[in-house]
Amino acid sequence: MIGQENGNLLEVRGLKKYFPIRRGVFSRVSGHVRAVDGVDLALRRGETLGLVGESGSGKTTTGRCILRLLEPTEGSVVFDGVNLLGLSPKEMRKMRRELQVIFQDPYSSLNPRMRVGSIVGEPLIIHKIAKGSEREHRVADLLCKVGLDPSAMKRYPHEFSGGQRQRIGIARALALRPKLIICDEPVSALDVSVQAQVVNLLMDLQEEFSLTYLFIAHDLSVVEHISDRVAVMYLGKIVEVAEAEVLYRNPQHPYTKALLSAVPVPDPTAKSERIALKGDLPSPAAPPPGCAFHPRCPVAVEVCSRVVPRLLDSGGGHLASCHLVHPDSSGAPP
Amino acid sequence: METQAPLLEVDNLRVEFNTLEGRIRAVDGISFNVQEGETLGLVGESGCGKSITAMSILRLITPPGRIAAGRILYRGRDLLTVSEPEIRKVRGKEIALIFQEPVAALNPVYTVGNQIAEAIRVHNKVSKKDALIEAVRLLRLVQIPDPERRVRDYPHQMSGGMCQRVMIAMSLSCKPSLLMADEPTTALDVTIQAEILDLLKRLKDEFRLSMLLISHNLGVIAGSADRVAVMYAGRIVEEAPVREIFASPKHPYTIGLLRSVPRLGGRDRGVRRRLPAIPGNVPDPLSREPGCPFAPRCTEVMQVCRREEPQLLPLEGERKVSCFLHHPAVGEGKAVAR
Repeated sequence: MIGQENGNLLEVRGLKKYFPIRRGVFSRVSGHVRAVDGVDLALRRGETLGLVGESGSGKTTTGRCILRLLEPTEGSVVFDGVNLLGLSPKEMRKMRRELQVIFQDPYSSLNPRMRVGSIVGEPLIIHKIAKGSEREHRVADLLCKVGLDPSAMKRYPHEFSGGQRQRIGIARALALRPKLIICDEPVSALDVSVQAQVVNLLMDLQEEFSLTYLFIAHDLSVVEHISDRVAVMYLGKIVEVAEAEVLYRNPQHPYTKALLSAVPVPDPTAKSERIALKGDLPSPAAPPPGCAFHPRCPVAVEVCSRVVPRLLDSGGGHLASCHLVHPDSSGAPP
Repeated sequence: METQAPLLEVDNLRVEFNTLEGRIRAVDGISFNVQEGETLGLVGESGCGKSITAMSILRLITPPGRIAAGRILYRGRDLLTVSEPEIRKVRGKEIALIFQEPVAALNPVYTVGNQIAEAIRVHNKVSKKDALIEAVRLLRLVQIPDPERRVRDYPHQMSGGMCQRVMIAMSLSCKPSLLMADEPTTALDVTIQAEILDLLKRLKDEFRLSMLLISHNLGVIAGSADRVAVMYAGRIVEEAPVREIFASPKHPYTIGLLRSVPRLGGRDRGVRRRLPAIPGNVPDPLSREPGCPFAPRCTEVMQVCRREEPQLLPLEGERKVSCFLHHPAVGEGKAVAR
């Protein structure tokens, strides 16, 4: 029971997800896209861990592997003391009561032919928790909790705005009283003024139901606002983890620094001190040798192109994987 | 600057869409201008009419949409009354438009070089060979590495950021005076976004372009615009120089919008605070209530706001605002400056 001893609800170790690239008439496997390439993460009970990175960095794939919506290639996912990867499909389905997900696009993640009442109440049927008037009662209650009128039950998703639809998605995720919710870009598709409403709602619900969130997003300001700790991903790997304030005030990894410096600030008097990066994100099918970031890194040295740096603690739970931060990070992992 | 006629003047533009459910006023009587060499930022949430405004300027609105009223003066000439061949000469040659989705805006079956060359040959009498040489020069201008090789690439061989650079190269191919950029960086990652914004700024200075920059991202607007117009439900609710609008917004919607954006590094010692959100939703364009469109969500709403519609009227300096808090209503539906 590793998970419970140190108060971690979820522990991810060495998670890998390789997608085969098939070519030719016989669909021979000619290579692999390393979408997630050895991710270690720990979520403490009741905290929000922000997972940031640019598109293609593997953050969504990480979330899906934790839920086993995608089958990981390697690694372990220990949730509440149970290794999820060792569960049979039937056991996993049971376990999903505890782990729920909120998707990015509130337009495509709700079945347009189902009424809101059925969408939110469906998990209760699947898990045989409530039916009939009891179920209706619960659904009405859930809709109230997310700030919708219970009369919404009888309407269809298209009758709602983006923000309201996201509330429906949240109500569905809450229906089974989960412990962990993986929020995959939950506010990215929403307008600024509505985005703030949904962020507030997520924070309120977390307090009320003592939820733990893995908050996946590319918007660094939103992640800073909602997260207790933040992990930065680059090309399938975690490059830095720290308490939210520490990460934003004192980033260590050159990629984190560049990323933070590129965020446009809503202040016309702010001086831009942007750190320019060379080139584009390399293909995850052929990641560069050594540190995956070295071809674009403004401060790379010789060792970076040869040796993969390890994610090491520089004190106070601030982890970074960079040879310049940890000159001794070249050794093989223990 | 004051005495010079503006490059573009939009006067009381109204765009309507006839749908099965009824008539929607996507743009409801807006007026603004773009001066020579300046960047006007048009900011607002989805559905407020900012993209429709850009499309209207080039007369790209197709049924069921139509431009119902207004004038669009470009160098003093009303683009809404010129003939079809005339407006085609304006598109691309005088006013260029770049879109949000660069990958979708490019034709997947032609090389990027061919597409840029085509744009050049529409407006200039040059051979295909010369046009391709020009395409290479343009690709170098937008900082695409190895342009001689890249000119033969197809769009799918390029990243999103590269495709947007190609779009910019294409838009500059006929040396327009006005560049309209509709959410040019929304589909891109932050590091790429910053590069594209830098590129646009550099090119704007180099070619002395005027720019209409449309974005929902207040950070993008703050970093690139000289002046800002804020749109809400098809109307401009506030207009001001960029520093003033961010330092002291006047319209309750602008105030709410600026407050609701989380700021980088804006956290106090481990405390997670609620974001000051604007309550409610954008009004349904099909069932518009009388009065100010923001009234149902406004924290400072007064009786008059639900009855009468405020006008965009001048405040001190170059500022304009459409709100009864700043321009108390007088008499019957008339409003005067304080």
